[in-house]
Amino acid sequence: MITIQKRDSVTRKQGALRQLASIAGALMIGALVIFLSGYNPGTVYIEIIRGSLGSGYSISETVQTVIPLLIMALGVTICFKVKFINIGPEGQFYTGAMAATYFAITWPDLPRGALLALMCASSIAMGGLWCVIPALLKVKVGVNETLVTLMMNYIAIKFVAYLQYGPWKDPSVIGYPVIRQFSQSGILPDALGVHSGWIIAILLLIGMIALLGKTKYGYKITVLGENPNTARYAGYGTAKLLVSATFIGGGLCGIAGFIQASGVENSLNAMLSNGWGFTSIVVAWMGRLKPLPIVAVSVLIAVLIQGCTYLQISMGVPYFMASVIQAIILFFILGSDFFMNYRIVRRQGDKEAEARR
Amino acid sequence: MAYIQLRNITKKFGSVYANRRICLDIHKGEIHALLGGNGSGKTTLMNILAGRYKYDEGNILIDGRKAVFHSPGDSVKAGIGMIHQHVDLVDSLSVEENILAGTEKGLFPTRKKARGKIKDLAELYDFHVEPEGKVYQLTIGGKQAVEILKVFYRGASVLILDEPTSVLAPIEARALFVNLGKMKENGCAIVLITHKMQEVFDISDRVTVLRKGEAVYTSLTADTGQSMLTEKMVGHAIEGRTEYRAAPRRDIRPLLAVSDVTVHNRFGSAALSGVSLDIRPGEIHGIAGAAGSGQKELCDVIAGIAAADEGRILYNGKDIAHMPIAGRAAKGVRIGYVPEDRMDTGLVGGMCISDNVMLRRIDREKGLFFNEKKARDLALRIIGKYGVDAVDPAQKLKDLSGGNIQKILLGREIEEAPDLLITAYPVRGLDIGATNYIFGLLRERRDSGMAILFVGEDTDVLLELCDRISTLYRGRLTATLDAAGTTKAELGLFMAGGGTGGTR
Repeated sequence: MITIQKRDSVTRKQGALRQLASIAGALMIGALVIFLSGYNPGTVYIEIIRGSLGSGYSISETVQTVIPLLIMALGVTICFKVKFINIGPEGQFYTGAMAATYFAITWPDLPRGALLALMCASSIAMGGLWCVIPALLKVKVGVNETLVTLMMNYIAIKFVAYLQYGPWKDPSVIGYPVIRQFSQSGILPDALGVHSGWIIAILLLIGMIALLGKTKYGYKITVLGENPNTARYAGYGTAKLLVSATFIGGGLCGIAGFIQASGVENSLNAMLSNGWGFTSIVVAWMGRLKPLPIVAVSVLIAVLIQGCTYLQISMGVPYFMASVIQAIILFFILGSDFFMNYRIVRRQGDKEAEARR
Repeated sequence: MAYIQLRNITKKFGSVYANRRICLDIHKGEIHALLGGNGSGKTTLMNILAGRYKYDEGNILIDGRKAVFHSPGDSVKAGIGMIHQHVDLVDSLSVEENILAGTEKGLFPTRKKARGKIKDLAELYDFHVEPEGKVYQLTIGGKQAVEILKVFYRGASVLILDEPTSVLAPIEARALFVNLGKMKENGCAIVLITHKMQEVFDISDRVTVLRKGEAVYTSLTADTGQSMLTEKMVGHAIEGRTEYRAAPRRDIRPLLAVSDVTVHNRFGSAALSGVSLDIRPGEIHGIAGAAGSGQKELCDVIAGIAAADEGRILYNGKDIAHMPIAGRAAKGVRIGYVPEDRMDTGLVGGMCISDNVMLRRIDREKGLFFNEKKARDLALRIIGKYGVDAVDPAQKLKDLSGGNIQKILLGREIEEAPDLLITAYPVRGLDIGATNYIFGLLRERRDSGMAILFVGEDTDVLLELCDRISTLYRGRLTATLDAAGTTKAELGLFMAGGGTGGTR
């Protein structure tokens, strides 16, 4: 008979070892899947690394993937810290991108600094608002935020599609509907060969580490998340704290939308996010809501995403293979969580169990 | 031969021994008291026997045969049932559903037979519970009865009770003890975990004293005495206290005047109705009453956590009944509060000591940042001043023992220098040493002019510690008495709703 037992405690080192073991395990199972599909696992893995980190170009592509993943994962983190299960980074990303695009195509002739600042600020406001609506619904009438944030994703995505096919359609492009390209003023300048969104990402990362770990506000948020009764007892305005934290979280996702529209696409369309809003939830979760591990996980996922895109081109491996490998890795890492806290024991009878003791 | 024999049981948490080479015999038809202070390892030892923890070394013999428990289920199969300190029932389900949970086989089990068995068991032990009644309608004593029925229904012949009387009113505790006597006569083995000396002599046949994880003494209860047990428990003899108490002074203006306060619970019925009392500086004002008579609502409403539906609460003449907690300090309202369930309200178990001591004052700190050094210094001060057994302010609070956690909470609230300190059952679950320390601290604060509201359950303690005592019965205030000159019997009468306002 097989039963599950709770482990007493796991040291930090044991924890790290298990994480590494789970990644190794994922790569092994992934290798098996690749092999069964008729490819050489070794070559595939090497190609993934080459495609994501092998050249200046591939590195810049990977960095461009890390930026939105990281920023949105930070946004998700602060929401999760106050036990607000934000499944809506995707929607907050799009509303942020929409706000930025509005200014970029309405006032294309503003000086670059002014226009970018306007786009950035508006993306925070809109992304934040998109996250605050479910927060208010939760605080005022007790509506479950998981469902509301999830559904509001689709509202935002479909609204972008509407803009793309309707009011914001570029009349000068014949054939398929696109939104007008941004003017130079609306485009993030490059820095070291990548759009300067990476500088914003690093600043936000530092800001987030400081906010969560060093400020009174971060302290109160932690108290609220860990024990709401105690937060009320201490007289913290719990509703205000929740709403402000969700505004920050949504605002971050909004910034990611602004960066992606301005720095990568130089425009807006309904596929701008590549679904990375959802991926960022996994990133935040795998990073255990801690900023630095989140950076590491963002890089890992970005390498997989970019490497697998490259696989399609170099080896003709269909992209679904890439998704399979990604899924296996996620599965293993999340699974390792379980093995951190529990172990599985086999037992035939008490006598044998006693012998193993 | 003893029915259950624990042999050299050792259990470590990290590098700390919770149990060290403990031997214990449990006989059928006998009540075995397990006496010891907080953190002495009583509950750990019994959790091992109940299959909740794995032990590191030693053996458990049942009826002379070696037994290995992998889970609580194995222990239940061996006929062992444990009643934990806090009842663990699903409030919205019926008594019978709670009892049957996990035992029913098949998709559509029939309840008829089970119901009969539950009724028989309830009758046997005089438990007045209806199998079809909902659990939330029961008193705490009633819920405990359901827990006991649950383990008997599962065929337990060994019953472990972890401080069962700590949540009960005296009258309920007496009824429980009568039942334990019956169970014993029916051949059950009973282990009673307690830190109350009186209970050992009231009911047990055999007593084992644990101290710091070791079994230091075992004896037939008839062959030992109170001073012997106390000495074994604490490790040294305790000198008697001399207590000086002046008569309450009537000429001092009250600090707090509660008048006609009514609080409705979330189901809309009055948890507190028309309560009026005043608290003066330099007095310990006791609140007595059976559990759930409105004590929590009274404390919460004064502390500002809950709003009063009717009535006024005057603090130095200012009505604070609807003043939010956040603004109180700025307006000179300084009320400290040690709530009933400290881990649920008042502290954050997952955060470290130095984070927890900053909880109240964080909004008064200047600037944007959390001052780590200040927090650490304050934590060290509280650790030193209040004798907390902790080495590092970075220790997680939940890793400390109950007594130490309580000292930190009390220390934090006192360091805030409140004019009024509300303490709800501040010594519940604490050992003699910690209890005496906390009582001493409260007296000392009282003497320096603090007003203290003390919610208690033990009438002896209330009469000894308090200057005046108000009694609550079903949310109504039945009397306010001077402690000096009041007898236990009088107090008990008012607690049971007797006297002036106590009609149902």
